[in-house]
Amino acid sequence: MRLSKQIGTIGLVFFLGLAASNVAAQVPYERILNSQDEPENWLTYNGGYKSQRYSQLDQITPENVTDLKLQWTLQNQVFGAWQSNPIVVDGIMYITERPNTVMAVDAITGRFFWKYRHIPAENALICCGANNRGVAVLDDKVFMGTLDARLIALDRITGSALWDVEVGDVDLAYSVTMAPLVVKDQVIVGVGGGEFGIRGYVAAYDAETGEEAWKTYTIPGPGEPNHDSWEGDDWEHGGAPVWITGSFDPELNLTYWGVGNPGPDWNAGQRPGDNLYSDSVIALDADTGELKWYFQFTPNDAYDYDSVQVPVLADIVWRGTPRKIMMWANRNGYFYVIDRVTGEFLEGKPYVKVNWSSGLDENGRPIPTPQPEGMPTYPGNQGGTNWYPPSFSPRTGLFYFSAWQDYATIYRAEESDYEPGRAFLGGGFSVLAPAPGAPTIGIGRTNPINNWTNEVGFASLKAMDPQTGEEVWSYDQFDVSDSGMLTTASDLLFTGGREGYFHAIDARNGDLLWNVNLGGQIVMAPVTFSVGGVQYVSVISGHALSTFALPH
Amino acid sequence: MKTQISRTARLSILPALAFSGLLAVSAQQALAQEVGDHQYTSEAVETGSQVYTQQCALCHGPQGALVDGINLSIGQFRTVQSDADLRQVISEGAGQGRMPAFSLRAEELRGVIAFIRAGFDPEGVAVIIGDPVRGKELFEGEGQCADCHRVRGVGPRTAPDLSNIGAIRTPASLQRNITDPATALLPINRPVRLVTRFEETIVGRRLNEDTYTVQLIDSTERLRSLKKVDLISYEISDEPSKQPTTMSSDEVADVIGYLLTLRGLE
Ligand code: HEC
Ligand code: HEC
Repeated sequence: MRLSKQIGTIGLVFFLGLAASNVAAQVPYERILNSQDEPENWLTYNGGYKSQRYSQLDQITPENVTDLKLQWTLQNQVFGAWQSNPIVVDGIMYITERPNTVMAVDAITGRFFWKYRHIPAENALICCGANNRGVAVLDDKVFMGTLDARLIALDRITGSALWDVEVGDVDLAYSVTMAPLVVKDQVIVGVGGGEFGIRGYVAAYDAETGEEAWKTYTIPGPGEPNHDSWEGDDWEHGGAPVWITGSFDPELNLTYWGVGNPGPDWNAGQRPGDNLYSDSVIALDADTGELKWYFQFTPNDAYDYDSVQVPVLADIVWRGTPRKIMMWANRNGYFYVIDRVTGEFLEGKPYVKVNWSSGLDENGRPIPTPQPEGMPTYPGNQGGTNWYPPSFSPRTGLFYFSAWQDYATIYRAEESDYEPGRAFLGGGFSVLAPAPGAPTIGIGRTNPINNWTNEVGFASLKAMDPQTGEEVWSYDQFDVSDSGMLTTASDLLFTGGREGYFHAIDARNGDLLWNVNLGGQIVMAPVTFSVGGVQYVSVISGHALSTFALPH
Repeated sequence: MKTQISRTARLSILPALAFSGLLAVSAQQALAQEVGDHQYTSEAVETGSQVYTQQCALCHGPQGALVDGINLSIGQFRTVQSDADLRQVISEGAGQGRMPAFSLRAEELRGVIAFIRAGFDPEGVAVIIGDPVRGKELFEGEGQCADCHRVRGVGPRTAPDLSNIGAIRTPASLQRNITDPATALLPINRPVRLVTRFEETIVGRRLNEDTYTVQLIDSTERLRSLKKVDLISYEISDEPSKQPTTMSSDEVADVIGYLLTLRGLE
């Protein structure tokens, strides 16, 4: 079919008339609040305030998933792990690429509407790659945090900047890598820099103006409760960053955030005390940022066990009683169930080999069993799991996440002095390998040849039952995985891995239903959405975002 | 769909050695005690560290990389190969006196060489490195290395091609491969035996593996890629394909000297 181009007065008048009468569909707070009712869109980083990454869409089923066809691919123009999470609003996908570029593309064809580039200040310091995990939307705006610790609002339709404010001091190595969380009329972000001796915080900004609404430090200052969990001036540069998007319970008006490691990372002896609220989940009032409760997973951490996992919320009947719970597979190797009204510890069990602790007491506090110098610690430095988003399916009642099995490191603690804007690590680590000098797992995968093998660790997708804290089934991969999870109302579980396979698994029993080799590491969760009655699934592998659908 | 993957005690890709597992163990134990002779002592490294700071760091820098084209800490030299060459340069000088001649005491000289060989790590392992010319002869002759290994286009392919080994392995790891192969065996190099559902038995060495497939070189030097769903059994051996060498410490030092010259195409 050929379309003729008609450029003339009539066309022009028609065009202007349309623009005046149709102010683009808005995304008011109410839509985000009820995002589970519009599964055709993916409105927040974690697919809704409960962060379940569960979609009501059910067009793609265990029976027809093998018919999935590639619809389009978007090639990234920059190198490095692509950890971004797409947001989809009414057929338009908003996705970021390194270092801080936002792209608006047609979700059916992958063709571009606009592209906005922010060039971070040259002195921006990032420990582990120029990552950005995506944007948030509200009304007619898109919000992005940047590597040089700024928060930028863009016009959602034109892609031009509306405001740009400082979140943290770039000279002190503050940064923002997470996708912001929008609650009501505020945009909330946390800061990275846990390897550089920052003092972490979560801060909220007025969505209209960018003006700071509140800021809550993750390390209490003098006079505040729990300040005495630090000695001397350690609190001033004790880390505790927040670099993963939190969750929100509108009934309780609480936002939940996972807090990262204390600094210096590996020398716990240098910072005596529990080092609150490092390695904790904190519940903050959504309007004021006031701390309502906290639960610390790893006091006085010596292993870099950031608790930056996504707080996954569910309202379920838990052991006979209806309860508002939070599920948490922590980097420290334990799986937790927590009451999210009070922060009460309900259950906690190891899901991988754990030897830094012999168990949890009745309050969920770990019993420490530090290993002798030179001996391996399980789980290793990258943890039993890490920041990659899990999923909870209300249909199966199971919690799904990527675990690293049989992975250990040998830690070395060293005295280190804090110097502003410099690495503050307090030692180092090496990955346990079967022969001296053998290749081992890296922070990401850059080599298409796996010459370290599963002997230094491998991925295990685990389905956990929050009722028991136990694993129901698992699906192993040969390499480790930093892939997140997506579940759907047709009991499909989509996930990836470092090997570049995109898998569809039966969420009920762990059977592999379909997979395709996309060739590059998958280091984020897939998302699903629908346009014109067709369900799509998008996943990023290597430097390409691929979108699949059934033939239509 | 899960294939049973088993780890066996010993499985050789080289049929002649298939049942020599027990022999290997005892020979290994005998050699383990001898390893000390292949290395400089930690006292020597310690002494060398002091000598280096006092006498050499001024020109070569604290990391050993300040003189153009030379990086002492990673063994990057202009002319030097063996420890004997090092001894000569330090005692006689080089570059028309730009590198002065030093008259060090014997233990100081030995120490500073040990420190260089330990990669500037006071706690590192400093392996003795001998004469590469003699090493090449041993590699091709008495040491029997060339019976299994390929170098620069010559030799069998079933064992790893060593044309580039000097660039990718440390002297300590090369030494272990010769004197105590069991402790040096890299997981990916473990011999494997697979039986397919088409009743083919494949013996080989892995090149790569993922959840669903494995790539290998088989005993007939063919590159094979197999789907795990097609496998009936898949055994991975814990034991290396070869025994510890019977060469003397001096000979091993020479072979290491030779291996370190293998750095791909020059
Ligand atoms: C006065 C400066 C100076 C001092 C002191 C010095 N070197 Fe050198 N060294 C040089 C220079 C310049 C060269 C390069 C000579 C050339 O042009 O080939 C060199 C070359 C070498 C080489 C040879 C590299 C090769 O492949 O040819 C070695 C080994 C070496 N130095 C070791 C030492 C040691 C060990 C010490 C201390 C005992 C030391 N040097 C002290 C300046 C110095
Ligand atoms: C019987 C055959 C055989 C002989 C003889 C042999 N090798 Fe090997 N070598 C192998 C095989 C096979 C491997 C792979 C690991 C394994 O299966 O043990 C290997 C591994 C190695 C490696 C490690 C390669 C890597 O990627 O790190 C080195 C180095 C090496 N051999 C050196 C030697 C030297 C030097 C000699 C002679 C002293 C020698 N080998 C003799 C079969 C042999």
